[in-house]
Amino acid sequence: MKAFEYATPETKEQAVSLLGASWGQAEILAGGTDLLALMKDDVVAPKRLVNIKEIKDLKGVTSSAEGFRIGALTTLGDLADNANVLKEYPALADALNEAASPQIRNLATLAGNLCQRPRCWYFRNGLGLLPKSEGGKDLVAEGENRYHAILGNDGPAKFVSPSTIVPALIAYGAKLRLVGPRGKREVPLEKFYAIPATETEREHDLRPNEIVTEVIIPPAHGVMAAHYEIRQKATFDWPLAVAAVALTMNGSRVESARVVMGYVAPVPWISPEAEQALVGQPINAETAQKAADAALGNAKPLSQNAYKVQLARVAVKRAILKAGGAA
Amino acid sequence: MPDYSWPAAEQRSLIGKRISRVDAPLKVSGRAKYTYDVTRPGMLFGKILRSPHAKARIVSIDISAAEKMPGVKAVHIIQQPGSTIQWAGDEVVAVAAVDEPTAEDAVRAIKVEYQPLPHMVSDAEPPAGAGEAAGPLGEDDIWDALDQMPPAEVAKQLGQYGVSFKVTEDLLEDMKKYDVPSEVIEAARKATYHEVKEGGARSSYQKAVEQTQGDPDKAFAEADVVSEGVYGLPVITHCCLESHGSTVEWPDKDHLFVHISTQNVSGIAGQMAEPLKTPAANIHIHQDHIGGGFGSKFAADRWDITAARLSQKAGGKAVRMMLERDAELEVAGARPSAYARVKVAAKKDGTITGWQSQSWGTGGPGGGGMPPIPYIFTIPNLRKQHTAIRNNIGPARAWRAPNHPQAALITMAALEDTAAKLNMDPLEFFLKNLDITGPRRDVYREEFGVAADLMGWKEKWHPRGQNISGNIGRGVGLSLHTWGGRGHESHCDFTLHPDGSVDIKMGSQDLGTGTRTCILIVAAETLGVPLEAIKLQIGDTMYPSSGGSGGSTTIGGVSSSTRRAAVDARDALFAKVAPSLSAQAGDLECVNGTVRVKSDPSRSLSWKQACAKLGAMPLTIRGNNPDKSKPPDLTNSGVGGVQMAEVEVDTDTGIVKVKKMVAVQDCGLIIDLKTAESQCYGALIMGISYSLYEEKIMDRTSGRMLNPDMQFYRLAGISDIPQLVVHMMTGKGYDERGVVGLGEPPVISPGAAISNAVANAIGVRVPFLPLTPDRVLAALSQKAGA
Ligand SMILES: Cc1cc2nc3c(=O)[nH]c(=O)nc-3n(C[C@H](O)[C@H](O)[C@H](O)COP(=O)(O)OP(=O)(O)OC[C@H]3O[C@@H](n4cnc5c(N)ncnc54)[C@H](O)[C@@H]3O)c2cc1C
Repeated sequence: MKAFEYATPETKEQAVSLLGASWGQAEILAGGTDLLALMKDDVVAPKRLVNIKEIKDLKGVTSSAEGFRIGALTTLGDLADNANVLKEYPALADALNEAASPQIRNLATLAGNLCQRPRCWYFRNGLGLLPKSEGGKDLVAEGENRYHAILGNDGPAKFVSPSTIVPALIAYGAKLRLVGPRGKREVPLEKFYAIPATETEREHDLRPNEIVTEVIIPPAHGVMAAHYEIRQKATFDWPLAVAAVALTMNGSRVESARVVMGYVAPVPWISPEAEQALVGQPINAETAQKAADAALGNAKPLSQNAYKVQLARVAVKRAILKAGGAA
Repeated sequence: MPDYSWPAAEQRSLIGKRISRVDAPLKVSGRAKYTYDVTRPGMLFGKILRSPHAKARIVSIDISAAEKMPGVKAVHIIQQPGSTIQWAGDEVVAVAAVDEPTAEDAVRAIKVEYQPLPHMVSDAEPPAGAGEAAGPLGEDDIWDALDQMPPAEVAKQLGQYGVSFKVTEDLLEDMKKYDVPSEVIEAARKATYHEVKEGGARSSYQKAVEQTQGDPDKAFAEADVVSEGVYGLPVITHCCLESHGSTVEWPDKDHLFVHISTQNVSGIAGQMAEPLKTPAANIHIHQDHIGGGFGSKFAADRWDITAARLSQKAGGKAVRMMLERDAELEVAGARPSAYARVKVAAKKDGTITGWQSQSWGTGGPGGGGMPPIPYIFTIPNLRKQHTAIRNNIGPARAWRAPNHPQAALITMAALEDTAAKLNMDPLEFFLKNLDITGPRRDVYREEFGVAADLMGWKEKWHPRGQNISGNIGRGVGLSLHTWGGRGHESHCDFTLHPDGSVDIKMGSQDLGTGTRTCILIVAAETLGVPLEAIKLQIGDTMYPSSGGSGGSTTIGGVSSSTRRAAVDARDALFAKVAPSLSAQAGDLECVNGTVRVKSDPSRSLSWKQACAKLGAMPLTIRGNNPDKSKPPDLTNSGVGGVQMAEVEVDTDTGIVKVKKMVAVQDCGLIIDLKTAESQCYGALIMGISYSLYEEKIMDRTSGRMLNPDMQFYRLAGISDIPQLVVHMMTGKGYDERGVVGLGEPPVISPGAAISNAVANAIGVRVPFLPLTPDRVLAALSQKAGA
């Protein structure tokens, strides 16, 4: 780990002023479960760490007509135990409870989860987020890509989005609030992620001197939602595919649907194809299978990961059936 | 002559009972000090600059900036410019500094220029016809060969190819010690020395074995069925939770004091002596507890020697050099891979008649040998050929039962496929062929009976792929294994003090297997006192030497030396006490903390009173193993074990869940039933890990390991571990064999048993471990396509 400066601001404004105008200068430290590992591995080497854990405004949760507001510093553990989450957002509760381990959930913050860096093993071993050999070969395409993207992988980015919680949040229509030198802004979570085209870009639309302050989830009365993830190990393992589904029903038929996949593309992957396939249909094994097939219709596996297409299909299908109460 | 033999069953109050580890409270409360926990006054921290290239020549090294950094106390170049790096992560320069961050900064400040050379990290099947004939044998090659082929064959190869090193008397002595047949020793003595040029352009492929027995062509021509398949397991790492390393210091310029994480306390000083030009007698080695070795911690490694050099440069201050997690997985131990295309010939009634295999695998730059296939079954007609792949993945080390898990998987999977082709229950098929399994045949038969009951095999076994409901396939599989395990050379000093206290000093080590507990059980049983009455000190070169803990040799060694010393000490005490009990020494016994007359227990002294008769001086006895002057031999060699696995496979996702495992194992006379069972539980867990998860994944372009961490180098977690049922064979036919080692055997079969269970569940063989979803789905889609 390189030596760095450590700052603990008490207000958002102070924090923003301590951040740099470009990446590489400062990093925000929340629970540290991701950032510290990246620093120890020399993948990220900020000159300054801005510890935001003393900023009171970033803590706590509140419910109002606008929806459920979650402060950026809320830990995954606290959120998983929150009565409102358990009652109103069961897909989120499932996602939270399956994430990482109890120890990590007790430290990991929600904003940190949304901003965590990809788990790509080339990236984590210091070979770059869009890893290339000296001769210009695409290391992922030519190499060990069993865990890499099957969608959105035409460009140099072939890693997969790391959060298992984000798909459920997007399915519920969550929004993000940020504060930067020019004040506040609000972004739908689904618009927050981007596929980088060069090594200097990041995989989300966070600017180097912005802070995520809170997440708002709209009320979900009448929404039937589910989260399903496929992991090889029973617990505490990176998934191979994640799906979150949110349905509104008209009688026994789907009125509107959101189908979001994780771990399949460099960004959380929303599938309008699957959504269309569901609208107007009842939920059963057949319609779920059709929607799952539609969701993966455009998948382009790399040399070693065709199996992930099948896994993602199964995840989508099982999430739909679970949301519809059939499984 | 004193009676050293093990007490009869009815006389044992401790031996063979379930006794908890004496160091368990220390460990569960975190008070046990591992080498990693050692801190010394003024201790410095060592860090190593490692090569990012898998193969490269070092062009230049500039350490000037690092040397000038405040807090940096020593910099040592491990490999000079001109050297060739053979794997990524290889050591180049080391530094010692006042704290870890400073040492890391210093490493970063070192400039090394490399000239990258073409590397190969793959162990894919060699192209047809690849492979140069075997060249002169290295020392490791000889030991490998002894594992893999009949002695006559090894002797023949030595005669034919010669050796690539100067054979020393020491080596020949060692061979004698390890019961190497004299024809091999003679052949080694006479072998011609051929110089092998360093860096000479060697092929990546070496024909390591080519062997034919009986008449395989006839056997295949006359077979009722021929089963063909490909099977294998990748390179995995040892992944010790406590990484390799040491804390080394020079208390004065002639003496070295080393805390090291090792399986080989008594052997380390000798290994450090040569490179450091310091008499072994001046090197003090110490270790209290070790956090895993699994075969990878017998040596004073290059980083340990380096720590000593850094300490020397820093005026003798202690230098802690423990490997980082990534280095631990990259360079500190790997199990060789093994793959084989196998053909098995059998008769309609299930009799196995022929075997043919073309195998390959890698153990890193050295290539490696062939696992002993076909395993256990002596198939009359066979032809086998093995190609060793030399590549740049880092060196292999012994991994718990070297070569046996590979051999078991390849053999038992090929045989199970044969049974499936014959529509036979594999249990019936294996039982049918037990006659060709050699000396443990009847043990296997008995064990299969026990295991089948514990598993509920009859109810659970269905023909392949016939127990799938919805998307869940269920299946069972089995395997069997063998191992040697004769006790190693061991010495101890056993002292009775006039105040009644007892101490034992032995330069052995407890790998967490319960060695301490077992030594105490033997001593306490012999003296008739409780375990707590004895103080045991191990893990130090100030104590009599005892062998390295490898090859499952520890329990037989330490229990035998302890028993002999304890009997001698007890009998010497009897001689001193006899007059005051008006009896002959031979009429006395010690039971329940007393020394008493056998025929009249009312004539007795408490243990303390008895020891007071020793006079002013404590009584010290040296116990030895082996010791022909004090028969009988208390240890033995050869165990058999059988295992069964039950799995559930999600045929939509390819995810395998192990539902239950049964291990039935013999190991002669059991000293502590609880730690013996624990050894099997641990082996099953380790076995589930390598069956489902573990793989050293290398990037072909960069030549780097991609999962040198514990997020993608997966190990089984608590929720991946199912019901484990362990049954130890004891009683008549077992106990009287003496003590036999158990460290390795139970880890041999899980891969084969689980692979067989998966084949049974889904109706098709998944050729390679680990049984990950991609491989399982690929096998399923191949089945669907067939
Ligand atoms: C062993 C392990 C298993 C895991 N398993 C899972 C899993 O199953 N599912 C899953 O979703 N995640 C998993 N994670 C990831 C974990 O959820 C994240 O590491 C965690 O949520 C990050 O939160 P943190 O507060 O620790 O963030 P930090 O490590 O402090 O920060 C992470 C990143 O977010 C940035 N950041 C933090 N807060 C803010 C903010 N308010 N505004 C802007 N940027 C910010 C930081 O600068 C940094 O780049 C796992 C992690 C580990 C170590």
